[in-house]
Amino acid sequence: MSEVLVVVEHAAGAVKKVTLEMLTMARDLGTPSAVVFGAPGTAAPLAGKLAEYGAAKIYVAESDDIDGHLVAPKATVLARLVGEVSPAAVLIGSTQEGKEIAARVAVKLDNGLLTDVASLAADGTAKQAVFAGSTLVTSKVTRGRPLVTVRPNSLTPTPAPAAGDLSPVDTAVDDASKLVKVVERKAESKGSRPELTEASIVVSGGRGIGSADNFKLVEEFADLLGAAVGASRAATDSGFYPHQFQVGQTGKTVSPQLYVALGISGAIQHRAGMQTSKTIAVVNKDPEAPIFELADFGVVGDLFKIVPQAAEEIRKRR
Amino acid sequence: MNIVVLVKQVPDSGSERSLRADDRTVDRASASNVINEMDEYAIEEALKIKEAHGGEVTVLTMGPASATESIRKALSMGPDKAVHVMDDALHGSCALATSKVLAAALATLNADIIVSGAESTDGRVQVMPQMLAERLGIAAVTGARKLTIEGTSLTAERQTEEGVEIVTAGMPAVVSVWDTINEPRYPSFKGIMQAKSKPLTVLSLADLGIAADEVGLAGASSQVVDAAKRPARQAGTRVTDSGEGGVALVDFLTSEKFV
Repeated sequence: MSEVLVVVEHAAGAVKKVTLEMLTMARDLGTPSAVVFGAPGTAAPLAGKLAEYGAAKIYVAESDDIDGHLVAPKATVLARLVGEVSPAAVLIGSTQEGKEIAARVAVKLDNGLLTDVASLAADGTAKQAVFAGSTLVTSKVTRGRPLVTVRPNSLTPTPAPAAGDLSPVDTAVDDASKLVKVVERKAESKGSRPELTEASIVVSGGRGIGSADNFKLVEEFADLLGAAVGASRAATDSGFYPHQFQVGQTGKTVSPQLYVALGISGAIQHRAGMQTSKTIAVVNKDPEAPIFELADFGVVGDLFKIVPQAAEEIRKRR
Repeated sequence: MNIVVLVKQVPDSGSERSLRADDRTVDRASASNVINEMDEYAIEEALKIKEAHGGEVTVLTMGPASATESIRKALSMGPDKAVHVMDDALHGSCALATSKVLAAALATLNADIIVSGAESTDGRVQVMPQMLAERLGIAAVTGARKLTIEGTSLTAERQTEEGVEIVTAGMPAVVSVWDTINEPRYPSFKGIMQAKSKPLTVLSLADLGIAADEVGLAGASSQVVDAAKRPARQAGTRVTDSGEGGVALVDFLTSEKFV
């Protein structure tokens, strides 16, 4: 069977969930091979997890050039690897960086590209949700091999242990790949919470939260559910919560099992980022708020009474 | 400084959007078409760069004849002139073909800096800045939320999944911006009046030396084979809190096995 290249998303020495989802998806298309990019020493601590989820081979692309520049070196190395192994498909996480790597690889190889793919069949047809999830599209790459970015939370990853043989790849890149230098990285703390785009449960707050201080209520409720915290644009623009956590048209798109919207009216801007969530629960004092149209369960009332009561009730039931 | 800002006309994300039944391209005829929201931040940033460093701002758009309206609107904010790549053969172009066309147009403009929005609200694909940089062999600084220029080098603060990154690059460069970077100005009455007489150059594929079969549906590198409206979500249960709203919420979460 042909190899299927899976570009590994990782952070802080751990494999991100979308990688395990892609390895699971890749097994239906061929033999998964993981591709790890990073500074020297990145791949070793990730190898066990990658092998557990089906990576027969792990291509190791480690260099200071890869770590110290924006995506171009990764694209150069990946395009070369694609040329060498002729994979059945190339799967990349549908994150900002993933899409950008894919963009450059597509140009280098003159290969079609599909982004935000939810599933990929063996014949190369992919499913995508477009226009804020209102339209479902089936599409395929018609020039080159399937080169797709995969939307996080599109399937449930399952283990399937494989060899996970480490295989170093040539990381030499030309000067044109080194035009943008990273001089500093500052991680914004999300505490021990799961990452927003990958979380199974997301609890978001909107204008109705009222202040940055009050967002603690959202965080506490999220922590009780093991959820990530999100915010509407109204809340981030008001400075209640960092922009990085904005869910919506101009922020992150999330598709969790459960989305809890607290004090969010549900402007189209926000709905665009969350309406493909499996289950939606809402608390809002305005019965006319459009968010209720999406809600599987909605409570009309004062969130400052309802949320603490719900938190207390959850603690009681445990 | 020669500044080019990329502007795309898109169907308004606040209204119903759909794909055409015949060729499954974006239905522009039945949509209310507007400037891509993020591009307004790109225009603002381009104008700020001009105000600080001098030079000229050129709007570059690829799109059908209807896009002229968005170009004039963009010009009313303050850019000096515009280039509109328009050709019937472009209909249905994929991202790769679009980047080929825009790169060819950019090659005629000799830009020091090319500013774009981080994404368009219709496709949300986010690939154009990197595709253009790859084709032009120049730097791409994406997702900037703060940009400073000194001489021929630029420094940007960019939003990432993990937090914030500071990056540096030389020029020429493509810079894409998020809506956190500035507050776009409103066109003044004078600006609106002036926009009508600002130079607008229309370029065809032939002008750019690109064959019709390299672009459009005929030259597309990917294809939409089927499209269907997802059934609208049905509103579920709604209760009004009369003292037990929190408990009702937890009952629901428990019934769905989240608690």
